[in-house]
Amino acid sequence: MKFAFLIWSNLRRKKLRTALTFLSIAVAFVLFGFLSAIRHALTGGVSLEGADRLVVRHKVSIIQLLPVSYQQRMLQIPGVAAAAHLTWFGGTYQDPKNLFMQAPVVPEEFLDMYPEILLPAEAKKAWLATRTGAIVGRKSAERYGWKIGDRVPIQTSIWAKSDGSYTWEFDIVGIFDGKNQNTDTTPLYFRYDYFDESRQEMVRGLVGWYSIRVKDPAQAAGVARRVDQEFQNSPAETKTEPEGAFVQGFVNQIGNITLITAAILAAVFFTILIVTGNTMAQAVRERTGELGVLKAVGFASSQVLLLVLAESCLLAVLGGLSGLGLARLLTAGGDPTGGMLPLFHFPTRDLLAGVGLSVGLGVVTGIFPALQAMRLRVADALRRM
Amino acid sequence: MAGPVNWLSQVASVTKFGLLSIPQRLGSVAATLVGIAGVVAVLVGVLSIAEGFQKAMSASGSPDAVIVLRSGADTEMVSGLNREQTRIIADAPGLARTTNGPVASAELFVIINLPKRSTGTDANVPLRGVEPPAFLVRDQFKILEGRPFEWGRNEVIVGAGAAEQFAGLELGGTIQVGRHAWAVVGIFSAGGGTAESEIWTDATVLQDAYNRGETYQSVYAKLSSAEAFTRFKDALTSDPRLSVKPLRQTDYYADQSTAMTKLITTLGVLIAFLMAVGAVFGALNTMYSAVSARTREIATLRALGFGSGTVIVSVLFESLLVALAGGVCGAGLAYVAFNDFHAATMNWQSFSQVAFAFQVTPGLLARGLMWALLIGFVGGLFPAVRAARLPVAAALRES
Repeated sequence: MKFAFLIWSNLRRKKLRTALTFLSIAVAFVLFGFLSAIRHALTGGVSLEGADRLVVRHKVSIIQLLPVSYQQRMLQIPGVAAAAHLTWFGGTYQDPKNLFMQAPVVPEEFLDMYPEILLPAEAKKAWLATRTGAIVGRKSAERYGWKIGDRVPIQTSIWAKSDGSYTWEFDIVGIFDGKNQNTDTTPLYFRYDYFDESRQEMVRGLVGWYSIRVKDPAQAAGVARRVDQEFQNSPAETKTEPEGAFVQGFVNQIGNITLITAAILAAVFFTILIVTGNTMAQAVRERTGELGVLKAVGFASSQVLLLVLAESCLLAVLGGLSGLGLARLLTAGGDPTGGMLPLFHFPTRDLLAGVGLSVGLGVVTGIFPALQAMRLRVADALRRM
Repeated sequence: MAGPVNWLSQVASVTKFGLLSIPQRLGSVAATLVGIAGVVAVLVGVLSIAEGFQKAMSASGSPDAVIVLRSGADTEMVSGLNREQTRIIADAPGLARTTNGPVASAELFVIINLPKRSTGTDANVPLRGVEPPAFLVRDQFKILEGRPFEWGRNEVIVGAGAAEQFAGLELGGTIQVGRHAWAVVGIFSAGGGTAESEIWTDATVLQDAYNRGETYQSVYAKLSSAEAFTRFKDALTSDPRLSVKPLRQTDYYADQSTAMTKLITTLGVLIAFLMAVGAVFGALNTMYSAVSARTREIATLRALGFGSGTVIVSVLFESLLVALAGGVCGAGLAYVAFNDFHAATMNWQSFSQVAFAFQVTPGLLARGLMWALLIGFVGGLFPAVRAARLPVAAALRES
């Protein structure tokens, strides 16, 4: 620590250069934060709560419906603790661009299946008491300015009511929050009994997909197989998979997001590496004489090495921390695309990885100039002054 | 009055000095160059995804082709029409006709799960049931390999994009839909449009397999001319037996691609902008050190009577040249790496996969170079001003 002043003075020698290098490192880490948030937004961030859940859908494709009677049969299967169903409603509010998820569910089963949905007890009571009641996530409630007691019309292009109209009205009885940042708080959930009675007769008794809770997550694969066997050779065969795999499969439909973000990050860091490395090399070259003096007055070679390395690490870490901090602030403002990425945030785990990366950047950019400084022969260095 | 010619020759000689000194500070110039190349490559690369997606969607329809959906439906997926309605639509005025009747195909559209070759995970692949005029409506339709399916049999033909992206769709393969196994007998192209991401079969075969009875989801038709659209539309919307929405195919597909294109463009520009800010700092660093290394040279020139404007312009010019070189490298890299790269993504409107190829267009390359020059300009301006403001006497004394 006694050399801290020396390191600091070295950084201040060319303030402008240090400032510019600092800023380019900071920008790289702001990008790191943004890309991490984008990746999370697109990949959905599988929640821990989902570890013991399976998703059961129609084998041919998810747009095909399953009979509601499957629920009872699923509950008979050994290893199944609970089952709940959801159906894609495909509605919009006022403008076709305001598309968000709505689904009819059976309130108690649903809330029991998804403990990450935090709904006040009185809201739950109101929901159970109101047939046309619906609960909505905080994000959508804020976006559309809905309050408890509001009656909201939702347009769907999929589900006609028995009178032929495509507009459904729901009474907002509760607003839910997510247990963690990974929980999507844009959906609206309403009651299946209201939905089933009001839709056209020929599609009654059909639901979109099921969520199953298994008694023991270690047995999930076996349970999934038994569920699919149960419905084999029926008109609606099923495909059952862990919730994580289901979400991942969906993400893969968009494309290889992880690969794309990794490629961009690699391009960014390669660039920054070169820029910073160049600056450090330049700084050491200019100070050849001084380093020679340090060695002449008795600094060991390893001390000189550490001195230069500490300088580059300090710069990288300072830049990294500022960039990461700024990214955290900027992403806290939420989705830059205005509603297309509901889960936009920069997770803490990635932030810590970023701190590690900044140290790495400091070491990699500093190591060659530092080695060069270490190997410097005193006589040569002094001659160059 | 020295005149503009003299001034230009001053600029040229100062710039030449600067450029000749580049080998001495190769490291930092290369770093700037790489930085700018990175920005341009990422910008062009990401935007080429949006460009390619949009092109696949816009190549899908011609102005004289229409699609008719149930009114209130935005996509085929949620639309529904019965046999009677599709007949009325086909008989409407304004449609092109052949000896076999109007060029109108009533179609079914469903999706099936097939594994994507690149990831091995399930993807929603569109499966379309068509009627004979379908091949006339899509006038760029062509069988590339194999043969067309036979009407009434469990056979399918597969778009070239789908055959490439999804497992099991090669010629001679079979696809399993519920309890039916369908043979792949042909591969087709359709001018690069979304049809190339689809699997096609006989509409009646698909109705049977899905227990759909005599229902359809859309009618694809060809107009006698692009101008006939209004007549066709008015006839349908005023018919009391129908409640349908006729759309030009060009509008229908453009509408489907806007959301996706906007998402990719917003994110791509955001990322590239942040990178550009980083690259500006890199460029500033390089040019400042270039100027400070040449302090005495510049002061000497000024003492000899070169104007400060000359110094500013030549430093800027040098910075722009380096940036342009970086931009050309980046754009070239993006072109080699991304142009015509084949991929498939989800079209959220139709909830199904669209195969497309990244498009590095001349417009994108120009945009990339513009960005590079802008970075070079900002990165050169401040150092140039500093160089011009150097006090001559003090700078000459500097060692």
